[in-house]
Amino acid sequence: MGAVPSALKHCLSHQHLLREQLCTAAPLPPQESQVSGLPEYIKIVEVGPRDGLQNEKVIVPTDIKIELINRLSKTGLPAIEVTSFVSSKWVPQMADQKEVMRGIERHPGVRYPVLTPNLRGFHSAIAAGATEVSVFGAASETFSKMNINCSIEESIKKFEEVATAARNMNIPVRGYVSCALGCPYEGNIVPAKVAEVSKRLYSMGCYEISLGDTIGVGTPGSMKRMLEAVMKEIPLSALAVHCHDTYGQALANILTAIQMGVAVVDSSVAGLGGCPYAKGATGNVATEDVIYMLNGLGINTGVDLYAVMEAGNFICTALNKKTNSKVAQASFNTGTIN
Amino acid sequence: AFPRRVKVVEVGPRDGLQNEKNIVPTPVKIDLINMLSETGLQVIEATSFVSPKWIPQMADHTEVMQGINKLPGISYPVLTPNLKGFQAAVAAGAKEVSIFGAASELFTKKNINCSIAESLERFNEVMTAARAASIPVRGYVSCVLGCPYEGKISAAKVAEVSKKMYAMGCYEISLGDTIGVGTPGSMKEMLTAVMKEVPVGALAVHCHDTYGQALANILVALQMGVSVVDASVAGLGGCPYAKGASGNVATEDLVYMLNGMGIHTGVDLQKLMDTGTFICNALNRRTNSKVSQASCRL
Repeated sequence: MGAVPSALKHCLSHQHLLREQLCTAAPLPPQESQVSGLPEYIKIVEVGPRDGLQNEKVIVPTDIKIELINRLSKTGLPAIEVTSFVSSKWVPQMADQKEVMRGIERHPGVRYPVLTPNLRGFHSAIAAGATEVSVFGAASETFSKMNINCSIEESIKKFEEVATAARNMNIPVRGYVSCALGCPYEGNIVPAKVAEVSKRLYSMGCYEISLGDTIGVGTPGSMKRMLEAVMKEIPLSALAVHCHDTYGQALANILTAIQMGVAVVDSSVAGLGGCPYAKGATGNVATEDVIYMLNGLGINTGVDLYAVMEAGNFICTALNKKTNSKVAQASFNTGTIN
Repeated sequence: AFPRRVKVVEVGPRDGLQNEKNIVPTPVKIDLINMLSETGLQVIEATSFVSPKWIPQMADHTEVMQGINKLPGISYPVLTPNLKGFQAAVAAGAKEVSIFGAASELFTKKNINCSIAESLERFNEVMTAARAASIPVRGYVSCVLGCPYEGKISAAKVAEVSKKMYAMGCYEISLGDTIGVGTPGSMKEMLTAVMKEVPVGALAVHCHDTYGQALANILVALQMGVSVVDASVAGLGGCPYAKGASGNVATEDLVYMLNGMGIHTGVDLQKLMDTGTFICNALNRRTNSKVSQASCRL
């Protein structure tokens, strides 16, 4: 490469480069977007405060959680998953679910879904002010058994109770399907099974189905096959992908999904949340890295990348950990050697 | 449709180690290359015949070149920035060389202290000598998706430099996203321009993962027909332009993706991971490969 040290002094800071990349990421001309088949707009669902923090070892104080969510509310993100109304016995990180729900600022135009594994959690969520809920199914029997101690069928029954109650109160319900591209216990998961579970969730009234590569083992190959099967049962507009970056495949998998027309992507600020099934490995894909890619593709998200990076910086400082976002890593070191 | 086979060009021992802070002892470099030779990789960039004043890590280029096992069917290209380097490389036993151009005038000036045109003249000397010695030459174009000094780089400029290097006799042109700022959008735009001037069969992509975009960018390149991809075992090599940031994409993560897509590489992922573990231990650093990070604990 050449005489690096002296060269470094004169190079553009990454802040500058990033700004330029963002400014020059002009939206593709209309005919090009159509030819490339990419959506013009992608909805980002931010799961950091729930999925992210849930998988962080350190218990985060309630006020920090609230501050994080408030900061995220100002970035342009249209949906932020706030907390989970599960028993604090199972998920201690989410024990302050009510305080968080009641404590956050609610920005107009931003949705604040919460997890509700059963009717009891649902009622608790509503009492605390929730206006949208999520239910979590799985495409793997073993995972379902190990995770929530019942079969897929039994879990569907529980979710139907939630869906019925929600419908009566005009509360939208989002459905998640875990292990869509592989299971830590069963290994390979058949696309038809993912399609079947998705269909059950959609039929009971979930407005959107988020397909989760829970252990991040998927690749563009398996993502394509799985989506082809699911798209036979669920309209494209009701699909989302929730990719984990445990094997570094998340952005390639997300790209594959959006090339097939998926227009909703879940991600986690600073890539919060490790993988409970592979010690030390990463989990959620970082929101910053997703937005960087979508900006470069000229796809509109409505999200301010800098603001997300700042929120990420905030929570990583509070957690005393390094960010998992490569964009953040590259950007907060402005290239000067000290 | 994707290519059915992809040639993986392993740049860890050169591009990777060159950007690692710790100087690696010669025997470790040789062990690394020998281990890589057992993984099924067909091309392993062994070292660089530049002056040790500029690149201390590559000071042992002659010893490395002479010390490695050269397995039949595997190519061990080396970097040669000029005629002097070329001659030293051939004397040390090199059978293939690489030359490094750039799509940015400022980068060329800062990096090798001349203009793009002047650099191409130097390369021409190498080309002439290589042709006379029947030595294949691979051409690199740096900064194809962005430059640390100039910022945005026009696709037309990349196409122009690529065309010149191909015309002077390089059998393959490796297009490098040197600072990893590219995205699938800019990759597509750049390749569209380059493919008008250079046949896709002669193109390779060399993506850095500094912004986490490498595999997505590689995916797009594959979709456009590119079937040669550079990568670095364990993702060796940071980015000299962003302290603490990562550089090369990890070979393990690339092979994992290609395996999942049913694309043939001939590479044994487990042996590759073992090699990554070896060099990371020797460098006393953590791997940059996510596949390796995830697999060690299961």
